[in-house]
Amino acid sequence: MDIYLPIAGMSVNALLMVALGGLVGLLSGMFGVGGGFLTTPLLIFYGIPPTVAVASATTQITGASVSGAHAHWQRGGVDFKMSAVLIAGGAVGSLVGAGLFRLLQSSGQIDLVIGFLYVLLLGGIGGLMLKDALVALGWVKLEERTERPRHNRWVASLPLRWRFYASGLYISPLAPLALGFLAGVMTVLLGIGGGFILVPAMIYLFGMAARVVVGTSLVMILAVSAVTTMVHATTTQAVDIVLAGLLLIGGVIGAQYGAALATRLKPDLLRLALAAIILMVALRMLLGLTWRPDEIFTIEYL
Amino acid sequence: MRRAFILLGLAPILMAQAEPKLVPDISARSIQIRYSFTGAQLLLFGAILYPGGRVPRHPADVIVVLKGPVEPILMREKAKIAGIWMNADSNRFRSAPSFYAVASSAPVRKLVDERTAAIYELGLQDLQLSPGGGALPDKERRFEAGLLDVRKRNGLYAENPHGVEISEGVLYRARISIPSQVPVGTYTAETFLVDKGKVIAAATKEIEIGKSGFERYVALAARRHGFLYGLAAVMLSLGLGWAAALAFRRRF
Repeated sequence: MDIYLPIAGMSVNALLMVALGGLVGLLSGMFGVGGGFLTTPLLIFYGIPPTVAVASATTQITGASVSGAHAHWQRGGVDFKMSAVLIAGGAVGSLVGAGLFRLLQSSGQIDLVIGFLYVLLLGGIGGLMLKDALVALGWVKLEERTERPRHNRWVASLPLRWRFYASGLYISPLAPLALGFLAGVMTVLLGIGGGFILVPAMIYLFGMAARVVVGTSLVMILAVSAVTTMVHATTTQAVDIVLAGLLLIGGVIGAQYGAALATRLKPDLLRLALAAIILMVALRMLLGLTWRPDEIFTIEYL
Repeated sequence: MRRAFILLGLAPILMAQAEPKLVPDISARSIQIRYSFTGAQLLLFGAILYPGGRVPRHPADVIVVLKGPVEPILMREKAKIAGIWMNADSNRFRSAPSFYAVASSAPVRKLVDERTAAIYELGLQDLQLSPGGGALPDKERRFEAGLLDVRKRNGLYAENPHGVEISEGVLYRARISIPSQVPVGTYTAETFLVDKGKVIAAATKEIEIGKSGFERYVALAARRHGFLYGLAAVMLSLGLGWAAALAFRRRF
């Protein structure tokens, strides 16, 4: 069943798009990540123009994080004060990211930067997760385990401290503000929600209470991806509502099944699987950068 | 076709004094892009009216050209720098047609000489792309070849040297397929009647390719009302996410 995408200006197989959304939704429900890091590259491999892929994937992230955010909220797993600070940083970050996007686009190096950032981020975080999962499963034994301090020294040294009761933290709001900013820039540039950056940063850098980490990051992702959709709609005008709708239909249903599945699987195995998926995407991106590409020439409309 | 060519060379000059006329038509005056649009097939057909209704012993050949709106583009070329493929060189073309398909009853090169082909833009090699200033000729040629190659593989540029069928020497028809990713705009369909290396008659028709209905509405909304469009996209995603959460709450 082919359907024409009015913004991308091409026809795609609708069922395939719904299936893609479903697959990503399943993963996002299982692992609590937005899934943008999978949607965007897959859409680009399919032949959707990169700008449209990034913008439409952002819209899908909003939908995929709604039910998760809602569930965590009802369980009391959201630190709203922390979310507000993160969102403030994220909103500014997405605006700055939009400026950066246009700058890189006109210099012609946007693909390179996107590819590079993907390899660095996914490779780094995937590697860390893989190590953690292997240690947790007892498949790899670390020689010496140094107790890491609960609070990062650098974060603790920042001035102006606030109390975040739900997170059990007394830290400077500048740290979450900077983290939010970074995630906002990523959301615009890479079409990822930033969940897989936010969650480890909140745990390892801030030492936030684990109970509120996922919920807070989901609320932040929800808000920032919505803001980013608006930024894309008004600047790049590349949000394809039909494509986003197709991805969403699959995505929101997949997310529900994923969440149900997650409760039945061993969390360490889940982390191992997620690490493997992330590393695979990073590897594919790395190959894309170093192997001779299919298209040497690209056409840009003036 | 080969025989036609040989005849063309050998034939005595027995043509009637008056020039023949072309009566072209197209199977569709406009193409509407709707949700189910996966491309279209256009039939360019018509009649050749010879003076006095007599078909000469060596009927003339026909070349049809379908051209999309011309647009300025910037082409970038990737090169391997320090082990990584990145955009290195770029070149501007001020007038690259967004779509170009040519069909003829015999290879264009055999019908007309280079000069005529260049004047009427009768073939991919003869497109007037107007490359932007100052580049070295072989760089220009490299980018031109790249452009033709990319667009040919996307189905946006096509050449069919035997795509025109002429029956009884007077009726011609050519089928041109248009892929789903064609840009919208006003297309021109040109028909040329070629005899002994000369264009003896030409006719032009216009075809409007546009998005219609919902697709047109969406494209317009995205361009003119970016803010409201973005708001609609956010609402859609919030609504769908919420609906799924509600629908599945009882199940698990």
